[in-house]
Amino acid sequence: MELLTVLQVLDSTVRLSTPLLLACLAGLFSERAGIFDIGLEGKMLAAAFFSAAIAAVTGSVWIGLGAGITASVALSLLHGLASITFRGNQLISGVAINFLAAGMTVLIAQTWFQQGGRTPALIGGGRFNGVVLPGAEALRDVPVIGPIYYELISGHSILVYAAFACVPLTWWVLYRTRFGLRLRAVGENPEAVDTAGISVTRLRFAAVVICGLLCGIAGAYLATALQAGFVQDMTAGRGFIALAALIFAKWRPWHALYATLLFGFLQAIALRNQNLDLGFVTLPAQAMDALPYILTVVILAGFVGKAVPPRAGGQPYVKER
Amino acid sequence: MRQDDADGARQATAAPGSHLPAIELRGISKAFGPVQANKDISIRVMPGTIHGIIGENGAGKSTLMSILYGFYKADAGEIFIGGQKTAIPDSQAAIAAGIGMVFQHFKLVENFTVLENVILGAEDGRLLRPSLAKARAALKSLAEEYELNVDPDAVIEDIGVGQQQRVEILKALYRQADILILDEPTGVLTPPEADHLFRILRNLRAEGKTIILITHKLREIMEITDTVSVMRRGEMTATVKTAETSPEELAELMVGRKVLLRVEKTPAVPGKPVLEVEDLRVTDSSGVERLRGVSLNVRAGEVLGLAGVAGNGQSELLEVLGGMMQATGKVRVNGQPIDLSGPHADGQSRRNAGIAHVPEDRQRKGLIMDYAAWENSVFGYHRDPAIQRGPLMRNAAILDHAETQMQRFDVRPPNPRLAAKNFSGGNQQKVVLAREIERGPDLLLIGQPTRGVDIGAIEFIHQQIIALRDAGKAILLVSVELDEILALSDRIAVIFDGRIMGECAADTASTQELGLMMAGISSGKAA
Repeated sequence: MELLTVLQVLDSTVRLSTPLLLACLAGLFSERAGIFDIGLEGKMLAAAFFSAAIAAVTGSVWIGLGAGITASVALSLLHGLASITFRGNQLISGVAINFLAAGMTVLIAQTWFQQGGRTPALIGGGRFNGVVLPGAEALRDVPVIGPIYYELISGHSILVYAAFACVPLTWWVLYRTRFGLRLRAVGENPEAVDTAGISVTRLRFAAVVICGLLCGIAGAYLATALQAGFVQDMTAGRGFIALAALIFAKWRPWHALYATLLFGFLQAIALRNQNLDLGFVTLPAQAMDALPYILTVVILAGFVGKAVPPRAGGQPYVKER
Repeated sequence: MRQDDADGARQATAAPGSHLPAIELRGISKAFGPVQANKDISIRVMPGTIHGIIGENGAGKSTLMSILYGFYKADAGEIFIGGQKTAIPDSQAAIAAGIGMVFQHFKLVENFTVLENVILGAEDGRLLRPSLAKARAALKSLAEEYELNVDPDAVIEDIGVGQQQRVEILKALYRQADILILDEPTGVLTPPEADHLFRILRNLRAEGKTIILITHKLREIMEITDTVSVMRRGEMTATVKTAETSPEELAELMVGRKVLLRVEKTPAVPGKPVLEVEDLRVTDSSGVERLRGVSLNVRAGEVLGLAGVAGNGQSELLEVLGGMMQATGKVRVNGQPIDLSGPHADGQSRRNAGIAHVPEDRQRKGLIMDYAAWENSVFGYHRDPAIQRGPLMRNAAILDHAETQMQRFDVRPPNPRLAAKNFSGGNQQKVVLAREIERGPDLLLIGQPTRGVDIGAIEFIHQQIIALRDAGKAILLVSVELDEILALSDRIAVIFDGRIMGECAADTASTQELGLMMAGISSGKAA
């Protein structure tokens, strides 16, 4: 393959990895605090719709982003209320949020815009456009480095750079700050946190809100940067792929980056070549789509090391007997 | 002894002229639903002393201490710390009042380092680095001062329980605790580790710290405390000076009647070997070898006690023999080989071979907690044609039978329709024991027969085990309580790290020698 073709595939890998990465880090914060969240999909979907809708109405993508984040955080708080305050089942609450988002977005879209459950196409300031990094134009014609810088590194929306910056930031917060220490502790043994005089409830709510924030950015990216507007079920299972990536990464930030890049790469190939010819066998595009899940099953079966989730994950904290 | 006297002298100088109690509780009450866990409890603990609180399981000791530590909220009552009335609504307030607690089940984050566990909740700012450096220095000086040595960078799950307990003590001291509460601290320790703990506690007392020790072991109370309070059914029945009381008196105060502390038994009359185990090996799912060539035998009419600290392979041994786990090696019962890894390596075949099993974890492996006692009374023996009619169970017959069985084994309340979870630990154990003993097995495997069982029931269970022995049955007893092993066994074997360290007759065994073997030092080296 030519360098340019390779670069185009890698370029679309970056674009497709971004929402996965954001959602994966969102799940990481939540699950590291002991709150399992299968509602990533629903939160992204709600954020995608509200960001596109508000951006379409106001013409400002930033206000749209804010609306998307707000919607996603609201759903997060709902999840927190159900699973932290009322000690409900975290999986059921997550499933409910997914259904709620899937139905609500289309219903409101139809009521507001009457375009068959879509938002109007976003134009101009209603969308995040690519940022051309300094020197990109100048370096464009330099062999090898030029195309890599211009095609691959430069020209993405601001949210892409933000997503990638979130990786070291998440690592730093988790492993270098007081908040991170407590967050990790509450996902492993909430009793240790409680007896140390820290509120388990407050910590877990903080984690869930961060999760909502990141899901909100992920959803807004889908509708206002990757595409220009909201369409029905546009998250297309990305929330679940992000969960798979989270398990694949064994709940670690840098590994989350590698996992989502891998899964993004698979999506990029599936998108570009309908079928992948490996010479001796031709893989259909569907195989590429299924690969993240297959890899996760392989991981869970224990072939590539053991994925041990946070020990208190999924269990509501009950203090008195 | 000499050490004690020296400590005593220093203690007198450590808290001169202080007449205010370090802790005073007045009229503390607490109910969990219909259960009154604490009833109007008052207690005074003077500074610089070790105060024991003794009582049976469920007497309310842990509840009382959890209230003092702000883990539970009392329904009524007042707490005074150093003479000041203090409200302790949560653990934060308890820590601020200088109270530290070492729970029975440690509150440590398993995959954190020692240092991270120590600073959790007591960090010095938003960033970890300075806090960690400060804690490292503090730990070093605490280690020197009190013999509290732990590697600060070790991960909790990699270190032994004795060290984990030291981490809990360090956590409290790092938070400037003057009052230290320890809940059943020796349950998981080897005798040498327990001795070390007591040295640490004496060091702390010498520095003027106040220590509350909760335990159900009379020996510990007599060994280390200055004063002792006795609790029974949520009430404080007495507070006495340790020097002025005796184990017999304390036991009577705990139970409310006279108790036999020693098990009455005649010398064993061992017959032919019933259980013969040869080179038994087990590797668990993560590839760790749990049993590394265990060989032992148990003869008819004797109790073989297997001593050892929890987690050294005794659980695996019981599960292999009980048909719950696969293994390699040779096992014969009454001369007949037992299938260890084939299609007949299951509990049903074991029962047919004459093996009965009272599992260590009775709540998970001996009972179904949500099922009624009568249903639990036939598990494992449900294929017995006497209780079946075609494909149906003869429930009325089982129910009748369970009722008489419960009366015979003194299960309280003797109501077969009550779910297993609604019985106390001792009565649950009696239900399991009755089921397993009843059909006259040749070999009884019994693990931790009295864990979580109150003194009155312990007496009864011990009598049943001895009665079975006297009926000519073979008994393999596994217990982490060395006292229990010594009281019941005719022979004692010690297991360490999946190997049998040594064996001796019970009447010649010394606690010290057994303790060393339990710590992995063979009797040859110890001599």
